[in-house]
Amino acid sequence: MKKAFPAMTAMRGGARPGGPAVPPLTPPGGARRLPPMPSTYANPRYQAGPLPGSLEDRHPVVIAGAGLVGLTLALDLARRGVKVVVVDDDDTVSLGSRAICFAKRTLEIFGRLGLGARFLDKGITWKTGRVFHGSSEAYAFDLLPEEGHEYPAFVNLQQYYAEEWLVEACIAAGVDLRWKHRIARVEHDAEGATLTIETPDGGYALRADWLLACDGARSFIRDSLRLPFTGQVFQDRFLIADVVIRGDVPFPTERWFWFDPPFHPGRSVLLHKQPDNVWRIDFQLGWDCDPEAEKRPEKVIPRVAAMLGADVPFELEWVSVYTFRCRRLERFRHGRVIFAGDAAHQVSPFGARGGNSGVQDADNLGWKLALVLDGRAPAALLDSYEAERVAAADENILHSTRSTDFIAPKGDAARAYRDAVLELAAHHAFARPLVNSGRLSRPTTYADSPLNGGAGWSGGTPPGAPAPDAPVLLDGQPDWLLRHIGDGFTLLVFGPPDAALATALPAGIVALFVTAEETPGALWDHAGLAAARFAAPRGGAVLLRPDQHVAARFAAPDPAALRAALDRALGHGMAELPA
Amino acid sequence: MSLDTTPRLADPDALFALLVAAHQGLDAEASRRLDARLVLLLANHIGDMDTLRQAIERAKDSAQR
Repeated sequence: MKKAFPAMTAMRGGARPGGPAVPPLTPPGGARRLPPMPSTYANPRYQAGPLPGSLEDRHPVVIAGAGLVGLTLALDLARRGVKVVVVDDDDTVSLGSRAICFAKRTLEIFGRLGLGARFLDKGITWKTGRVFHGSSEAYAFDLLPEEGHEYPAFVNLQQYYAEEWLVEACIAAGVDLRWKHRIARVEHDAEGATLTIETPDGGYALRADWLLACDGARSFIRDSLRLPFTGQVFQDRFLIADVVIRGDVPFPTERWFWFDPPFHPGRSVLLHKQPDNVWRIDFQLGWDCDPEAEKRPEKVIPRVAAMLGADVPFELEWVSVYTFRCRRLERFRHGRVIFAGDAAHQVSPFGARGGNSGVQDADNLGWKLALVLDGRAPAALLDSYEAERVAAADENILHSTRSTDFIAPKGDAARAYRDAVLELAAHHAFARPLVNSGRLSRPTTYADSPLNGGAGWSGGTPPGAPAPDAPVLLDGQPDWLLRHIGDGFTLLVFGPPDAALATALPAGIVALFVTAEETPGALWDHAGLAAARFAAPRGGAVLLRPDQHVAARFAAPDPAALRAALDRALGHGMAELPA
Repeated sequence: MSLDTTPRLADPDALFALLVAAHQGLDAEASRRLDARLVLLLANHIGDMDTLRQAIERAKDSAQR
């Protein structure tokens, strides 16, 4: 077993921890209240957007909500040359750390958007999870056991940093960000939507050809359109306590999860490290607790002290009590109004599937809308956003529901099976994969997408899946495969540069040659991992979409087959669904 | 694979006695957990989801009404 927490060590000897001899939390005024803001981070305050010059303000794309998803989508669209307006009723980024686990695929998306290095520099990189039952280890897992990827399995980072960097990048890319512009009313029709906007300086009408609702779990736009948002409510409450522990902390950079630990009997606890010496502790509270009382420092501090041990000084940084639901909209596209992120679907936090799936929604929608606006794809392409991301939401909801049913079993039989799995896991390898403390976010393969073409060969990354990364050399310099994919459609050719093929490509596809030997004008797949991960035969080719997902594969590419696959991936074969 | 419900046990009385003995002295909750561990061990041994699904269905059908 790994080195446990001091409190756990003490308890294995049979002793209960002493009283919470921690420094009392005494903010100015002496009241034992929570600080309104984290002590390690000061939220930027952005200037309220001015009233537009004209009272009838018309734009091709308006995004509602400058959160993680809205900002990602705005940045992607702006980088693709689309003029975007973003309205938000607040003037700052996330209050509190909120979504903290950024998964590999999300990091690759931020890499494509030019922000990857910031996540790697500031964030906490991890890939190992450990599960404890009582005071012994039941199971450990490695989320990325192989080398040869630019981004790790996970980076932990407070959501406010991600949003702050996105805001900077959006401004640099020319996004029209309008803080303190609150949507008071939405009317939509066949050609777009009209928003009634209220600002500190007065109101105006904002007309959008396309309205992208990224306005979160309590989406005003969803409610305004009276769209049912149905699913499962879980009768349990959880407490998030972010604490600052200064000095040397001998805890590893891993995800630790306890079932029934001595310091929180009968319930579960989750521990995660964030930057700035902040640790996220998530306590299961049960349904019958008083959520307001549980947020008070006099309740939170003893809980944390019992876990960390009386000799570990800490300060409370942010506290939140939450319940959760697993639910989604039936449809994500309603004519010219398209929903993304929490506005479209919600999951439990176990598995880090909320923020990550929202960013992946944005990744899916950005290129499609840009091509539709440019007249290069029919509006039916946007129905594939719905098909692909509804499938992803269902996958996320399935995993999230199963995890929640394991963590908080409903009924005695479920609990007996859960405990039986944990008891067996300590002694038998077969039971360890049954332990479900959250199945962590993985990208969805759009296996049934209407955009997918032929597979070309068997094995390897199939149509619908995101391209795997691989280390390559470019002119002798270390580089990564995914850095070369994502502006438009890319044909990845596993063979030496072929001028005839490159010139015969349909407009809108750029060829990228990958070779097993060092070849001028090609990426050198020196470790053989690019070819291996696609199981690509020599001379085989992979058509990649602008979101880096595989559209089709060709054992021997020819222009007619490529043309057909491109048309299909642009939605030309799709009949548009009625709004 | 199809679930085999023909008699296969060489000594059925011995199996019954073994199961009862394993539960001796356990309260209802501990008994339930023992059964759960047993089911999980056997399920892994069988290893085939179709067979397990059939077994669950047969077990549900056979309950006294």
